[in-house]
Amino acid sequence: MNKPMKHPNCSTGCHGSCCLRVQDLTVVRGEDTLLDQVSFHMHCGELIALIGPNGAGKSTLFKSLLGQYDYTGTITYQTAAGKQMKPRIGYVPQSPAFDAGDPVTVLDLFTTAISNYPVFLPTPKKLKKKVLSCLARVNGEALLHKRVGALSGGELQRVLLAMALEPVPNILILDEPTSGVDIAGERQLLDLLDEIRSKYDLSILLSTHDFATIQEVDKVMLLKKRVLRQGPPKLVLSSPEFKHLFPGDPMRGGEMR
Amino acid sequence: MELWYALVDLLPFAWAEHGSMFFMKNALLAILVISPLFGLLSTMIVQAKMSFFSDALGHSAFAGIAIGALCGLSAPTWSAVILAVVFALLFSLVRHKSNLASDTVIGVFSSTAVALGIFLSTLGGSSFTKFNSLLVGDILSVSPTQIALLAVILLAVVLLWIFALNHLTLSAIHPALADSRGVNLLLVDTLFNCTVAVVVTLSMTWVGLLMINSLLILPGAMARNISKSMKQYTLFSVLGAIVAGIAGLMLSYYIGSSTGASITLVLSVLFLVTFLFRKKRL
Repeated sequence: MNKPMKHPNCSTGCHGSCCLRVQDLTVVRGEDTLLDQVSFHMHCGELIALIGPNGAGKSTLFKSLLGQYDYTGTITYQTAAGKQMKPRIGYVPQSPAFDAGDPVTVLDLFTTAISNYPVFLPTPKKLKKKVLSCLARVNGEALLHKRVGALSGGELQRVLLAMALEPVPNILILDEPTSGVDIAGERQLLDLLDEIRSKYDLSILLSTHDFATIQEVDKVMLLKKRVLRQGPPKLVLSSPEFKHLFPGDPMRGGEMR
Repeated sequence: MELWYALVDLLPFAWAEHGSMFFMKNALLAILVISPLFGLLSTMIVQAKMSFFSDALGHSAFAGIAIGALCGLSAPTWSAVILAVVFALLFSLVRHKSNLASDTVIGVFSSTAVALGIFLSTLGGSSFTKFNSLLVGDILSVSPTQIALLAVILLAVVLLWIFALNHLTLSAIHPALADSRGVNLLLVDTLFNCTVAVVVTLSMTWVGLLMINSLLILPGAMARNISKSMKQYTLFSVLGAIVAGIAGLMLSYYIGSSTGASITLVLSVLFLVTFLFRKKRL
């Protein structure tokens, strides 16, 4: 069940030696401590699932990594060559509610996000080609002219994933990627993530409430303000901390029950 | 202006006759400048759900004019512009720094501004009637200099659209996504709010406080009925605004009604028609 940390298909041959190291990350907002001394590291090619009840600080952790929240502690990133640098982070936000009436196509959405070309003018061929090649990474070329409000949950996740992959990041963060996605779409998304992590030499951090899907990840982190438990999925899912937080159904937890 | 008058003289209308009815020709030119301006802004006001905000801006502009008039300024419009911009800045800041819902924030600002405006303009028992023209507006009194000013603003908005529309759109449809892609939400928001503030205040005298918000909402709302992409949306909104602007001016000339109200009614009809014939969503 556990995949090796190193990813054999990696084209740049980094062999999992680049590393994101989070040390004693603490986030305080007003009088509330949202995250308390969270520490972990992740290597490229690694897929880590973040689980925990609502309000456990999953989104807070993501926002700190993205630099949107102030924090204490350190977040460092080291490349395979041993160079310290600021990692490029691709972010897929939590099931974004697009207004069903928005006159915004997938092409429009990409144009606003990845180019400086004004979205109200006719799209140049070159840009359209670029967007198509982005969509190809998630097998989504057919979605180019669809309105974002008309996409299914799975299609929307794939489009947002394609956006997060342009430019290709060092770390990919997905906030609840499987919520609002049907089972077939979920399978497709997980296979896609598996393919992407080895192909593009990146680490993936995702949060989820769907414990059935995390059997295949490299590492699970159980979070409730602090990291209660981290390690291989089997170990975390059978830990007393997990059973305490999610009594009853071992596969489904939180508000999904 | 000479070129414009020469051009209009070619039109087959009674008022287009050579050497007469300059106010009508000025008004037509002003409409041709104002309507695409409102058509553009409208797309984003509707997209970002800011109609209440633009409404409140008109109110704060009114307070600004009352303050200006009280201080004995010859052109109280500029004090109104300043107050509206201050309002827009404050609003952006409060919204980004606090957890208050934005409609509550706007409501607080807006009601304060209206109260202040009425309070100041009726201070010492003076009559409110001198402000009536502001409420209804009068495009026929527009002068060539003022048209030139409006044209400069149209140019500025087109530039804003070319350089910032991508960021504006992304932050309107998904703020968290925009943030993660390096869009400076506060900057983009403030820039847009201030632009709307300036446009609302400067065109209030011609369109009228009561009508100005409809011009900021209806073109976009109408275009949404029939648009599937941002290109169509922008195109239909601007075209609709121009068509309604011209039709409304003609209507008001031939039946002697308020121009602002006529334009709005034409836009309402356009909205109704597009609503009935809205494309089946793909």
